[in-house]
Amino acid sequence: MVYKKSVSERTFDVVNIIFLSILVIICAYPLYYVLMCSLSDPYQLMKHKGILLKPLGFTLNGYKLVFQNPSIRTGFFNTLFYVIAGTFVNMLLTAMSAYVISRKNLMCHKFLMIMITIPMFFSGGLIPFYLQVQRLGLINTRWALIFPSALSIWNLIILRTAFNSVPESLIESAKLDGANDFTILFKIIIPLSKATLAVIALFYAVGHWNSWFNAMIFLRDRTKFPLQLILREILISNETREMMNNLPRTSAQFIQAEAYKTLIKYCTIIVSTLPIVCVYPFIQKYFVKGVMLGSTKE
Amino acid sequence: MKSVEIGKALTVKEESFFKKLKKDFSMNKYIYLMALPMIVYFILFCYIPMYGIIIAFKDFSPRLGIMGSKWVGFKHFYNFFKSIYFGRTFKNTALISLYSLLWGFPAPIILALLINEVRINKFKKAVQTITYLPHFISLVVICGLIIDFTATDGLLNFILSKFGVTPVNWLTKPEWFRTIYISSGIWQSMGWDSIIYLAALTNINPSLYEAAMIDGANRWQQLVHITLPSIAPTIVIMLILNIGGLMSVGYEKIILLYNPLTYTTSDVISSYVYRKGILGANYSFSTAVGLIESAIGFTLIYFANKFSKKISEISLW
Repeated sequence: MVYKKSVSERTFDVVNIIFLSILVIICAYPLYYVLMCSLSDPYQLMKHKGILLKPLGFTLNGYKLVFQNPSIRTGFFNTLFYVIAGTFVNMLLTAMSAYVISRKNLMCHKFLMIMITIPMFFSGGLIPFYLQVQRLGLINTRWALIFPSALSIWNLIILRTAFNSVPESLIESAKLDGANDFTILFKIIIPLSKATLAVIALFYAVGHWNSWFNAMIFLRDRTKFPLQLILREILISNETREMMNNLPRTSAQFIQAEAYKTLIKYCTIIVSTLPIVCVYPFIQKYFVKGVMLGSTKE
Repeated sequence: MKSVEIGKALTVKEESFFKKLKKDFSMNKYIYLMALPMIVYFILFCYIPMYGIIIAFKDFSPRLGIMGSKWVGFKHFYNFFKSIYFGRTFKNTALISLYSLLWGFPAPIILALLINEVRINKFKKAVQTITYLPHFISLVVICGLIIDFTATDGLLNFILSKFGVTPVNWLTKPEWFRTIYISSGIWQSMGWDSIIYLAALTNINPSLYEAAMIDGANRWQQLVHITLPSIAPTIVIMLILNIGGLMSVGYEKIILLYNPLTYTTSDVISSYVYRKGILGANYSFSTAVGLIESAIGFTLIYFANKFSKKISEISLW
């Protein structure tokens, strides 16, 4: 009896591991495929169909072209600016706001909590939001990517939970020593909540790195475009053109252009994704922690 | 907690509300100073846009402003209901979100349960790390990959041709749009969404399993009688949240994936709002359309929550 059960359990374990392995391959292979394509010889790549396990030939020309391309380069530096400046504003605002709403003896505490809760369930929608940004004169300025997304309520609540866990007695004694609230926040609470702060800074930074929609509707000048918007032009628009006309590929120049276009496409994907994929394994556990913190209901 | 109570008791000295408020302000002036940017943010980017919804009932022109524009009542709503777009976008939104819920909601739960059954810790960690990864890839890249893989000479067609399927450009086929949209969505978020269930699973008291094993319960019975009931509250909360989102399909991914050839199945309310409002500058009309969507969403979450409160005493508020 005991032996029999362990056999069926063992079969289940094996099947389970095989199934999960397939899932892992499905999750990871698309990116691996793109990486292999980006290192391949463009002409071979054009003729090739199907699965790739190693690059076809080997060349870094695609990456050279990507880094020489002025719009990709400006896009990259613009994104860097949006990530750094945006995350800084996010963190400053979120930290101060979280401190405010963690002070429960404030008379306006309830009012502030209501003010924060309503937008979680109801918003003006895309158009009134757009018009408001326009009215503030932010259209086609870099601030349009920073101020309208300066605070995420979700992150605010995560941080508030962390601030609440700082012992009240610590704050009380600091107050008795004459510390004001800024000192308490920056000298006591923030150093004690470093882990959570790191988590939400990462959430914000990844959000800025990946965001493209606000840039698309708010920015006009290409010189201000973040990388994702340039990427959209390369990835999405390129393909729609191909979709619409099935021109016969005759001239050699045309083939060369097409081949390199494909290569550049894959290289740009890697350039825009690699920073996240590289830091991701190290910070993964903090992200997971962030989700857990967010899910603890008070 | 106690100090708060004492504080309350002390301040109740029959002072007027405003006097108390003034005292509170002067006592906590730095806190209120810190609250200022937050209040400004919420007013500027949350509450003024909410107020801006009234342009749905006006003929808004940027020259006249919100106040100056003429009231037109329900004209824009009426026009939307009359147009062919109402039926189409409504149906597409409902179907995409319904199927997303149907397929996408159980996926992370099943994944979490399977990961939970793995006894080899290293493998478990690896599976988790890799399945979370797609969550962090930008939508632009994801959609770029989808377009690339589903193209006529793409990877998907190569694999399918082994099974005798003739290659087509899948994204130009309206009948396949939902499948592509939903399966890629599951691919991207399944791992990340499973975190919350895995957390719930680790919180289950191991002695329950020990007791069950002594009673001779096999793993399936343990799953049905211990694991599932233990994570049921988490499942219900997630379900309520998901039902609230039933009538809202985000525009970002739709805009990246759709094209005029697939509008019959891919055009949802929010992408229609984007096209009419941002691209077409029909501000009042598109605000009205957006308002319908968020009103439905709010109603859904309200009733889902109410229903859940009644049957299981689990609720969001």
